[in-house]
Amino acid sequence: MSKRVYVGIDIGSSRTKVAVVDAERQILGHAVRKSGTDFSATAAACLDDSLAMAGAARDEIANAVSTGYGRANVAFVARENRTEIGCLANWGRHCFPEAITIIDIGGQDNKIVKLDASGRRTGFKMNRKCAAGTGAFLEEMSLRLDIPLEAMNDLARQSLEMVKLGSYCTVFSATEVLENIRHGKKVTDIVKGIFYSVVKRVLEMDSPTERVVMTGGVVAHNPYIVEMTGEMIGRTVLVPEHPQIAGALGAAYYALEEKGESDG
Amino acid sequence: MAEEKKTARKKIQAGDLMNRIMADYFYGLNEAATTGKRKVAWCTSVGPAELLRTMGFAVHFPENHGAMLGATRMSTDLIPEANAIGYSPDICSYLTADIGSYIKGITPLSKAYKGIESVPKPDVLVYNTNQCRDVQDWFAWYSRKLGVPSIGVTSPKNVNDVTDAHIDDVARQIEALVPALEEISGSKLDMERLRETVSLSRECTELWKKVLETATAAPAPLTFFDGTIHMGPAVVLRGTPEAIDYYKVLLAELEQRIRDGVGAVDEEEARIYWEGMPVWGRLRQHSELFATLKANVIASTYCSSWIFPAFDGRDPFRSMAKAYLELFIVRSDAYKERYIREMLAKFRIDGIIYHDAKTCPYNSNSRYGMPQRLEAATGIPGLVISGDLNDLRCVSDEQTKTNVEAFIEQIAEGR
Repeated sequence: MSKRVYVGIDIGSSRTKVAVVDAERQILGHAVRKSGTDFSATAAACLDDSLAMAGAARDEIANAVSTGYGRANVAFVARENRTEIGCLANWGRHCFPEAITIIDIGGQDNKIVKLDASGRRTGFKMNRKCAAGTGAFLEEMSLRLDIPLEAMNDLARQSLEMVKLGSYCTVFSATEVLENIRHGKKVTDIVKGIFYSVVKRVLEMDSPTERVVMTGGVVAHNPYIVEMTGEMIGRTVLVPEHPQIAGALGAAYYALEEKGESDG
Repeated sequence: MAEEKKTARKKIQAGDLMNRIMADYFYGLNEAATTGKRKVAWCTSVGPAELLRTMGFAVHFPENHGAMLGATRMSTDLIPEANAIGYSPDICSYLTADIGSYIKGITPLSKAYKGIESVPKPDVLVYNTNQCRDVQDWFAWYSRKLGVPSIGVTSPKNVNDVTDAHIDDVARQIEALVPALEEISGSKLDMERLRETVSLSRECTELWKKVLETATAAPAPLTFFDGTIHMGPAVVLRGTPEAIDYYKVLLAELEQRIRDGVGAVDEEEARIYWEGMPVWGRLRQHSELFATLKANVIASTYCSSWIFPAFDGRDPFRSMAKAYLELFIVRSDAYKERYIREMLAKFRIDGIIYHDAKTCPYNSNSRYGMPQRLEAATGIPGLVISGDLNDLRCVSDEQTKTNVEAFIEQIAEGR
């Protein structure tokens, strides 16, 4: 018997994420790829990866919804009118039966989305047109320090005395990093300072509610950022099993709801 | 790819008449400057234009020229010219675009109006700092460059209630301009004509108010984006019969739209208030963005700033002073919040968009917690978008689009 699956495609400025769910919102498959320059081809490749993981074929897709910057570039979806903020909210309202603040840290932008206890979106914020506090900032710092991105978590954990970076600006921050290197500061302390700078920039966008959930690619690849956020706000921060595909899951839930096949 | 129904804002037929009136105005200015038949005064947008017009000056408004530089997207290439001579990219981008256009010797006027080669050369520069301090610095540059006097009025800021003391101060400053203006114009001030001009300004302002208030209807017959264009005569021709005649025509067309149930945006679902400056180089894109989302930006602080209920021909100097002081931009946050709350109720607004214009702190009211206070008080959600009036280097189209789409989505979900 053929299955009916629901697909959410989140084409972000840095990565494309696809999630495939069934009518009970169970995750059957998911995939992440660099968005690159051909969004349509990337979305198709990502879809094939996630369908293979789900053991489903294209003709078993009951509905698909795309979101993110490149959402209009997806050939195989009927609906592309959901923003990534709306999709994050939709994901959050199904996963958390309480008022939450979702902090999503992506490659090019950060989002803070607030939901009340009934799941209604009460507000959202995006970072201003600036790379501070985003994945792009971490990538730039990794390049300047000649340290692979994936090594930064462990380095930060070894820090005993954090170096504080004061600037908003990625370019000025890079200068500060170089200045600290010249003054003989330890790389571990500088890396911790870089993470601290990211979290500071994000937290100054809005004041989070009691329950905070973190999502996004930067969160998925840098668990240290979650620990640091928890320390800074003084409470435990929740992270889903697949933080990078939260938006894609929200889109898949919309695909399911639009078909009227949701179990609520 | 999904099909997207293209929705556009409906054309206002009176626009052709307005274009002719504006053309006559600019040609008249050009004639004054090139033939010397009339003296030319430059005036800030809410400066003492009534006085200048009464004294026979042809009046040019550099802020209007700044907006034209923005709307034609010439500004972003010209601003760096002013930056390079020491005028920071962080200050008013009307100022930097306008000075840049002078340095480069180009103007949108010569593109729009055949035969006009440049902005009319001034005989005097007259400012009122009620808008901001930048206008004084702007005119000071031209004063030095062209060797013409820059005179004006220094207004208080952050005014809660406009008091007699404020009015006395500004009225005296306006009166004090008269001897210098008489000397430059070569004629004495005719008080009877000043009363007439102020009365004409009052009539213009009342009609403009009625035009904007047609948007209290649902669906609204005009958009904020229409307003930014159709306010042209209220800005550059207040105090003239031409402006009054135009707004009678425009008002009649909009009232007919209301009777016919025609909205400026098809299937208007969300009614938005715009707080702050327009992004001049993105008027069309923003208009289409909202229309596609079945949202209409129906009211704004900006367009409503050319409503001056205080003008009174019986007491011209004091009423001019009062009108210029009652301006939104002059006022305290407490006053501004009361004003916006009244507008939200009057126009039945679903959401407010605050444009945080990088180079215009005076028109960016989102920087001292006002969105949070107003949202808490009214329950009407607010969104802050980063941008600028003229410097498109400060505008991120993709961020604006995502923010606006998510905001309209949030309003729809909240219903």
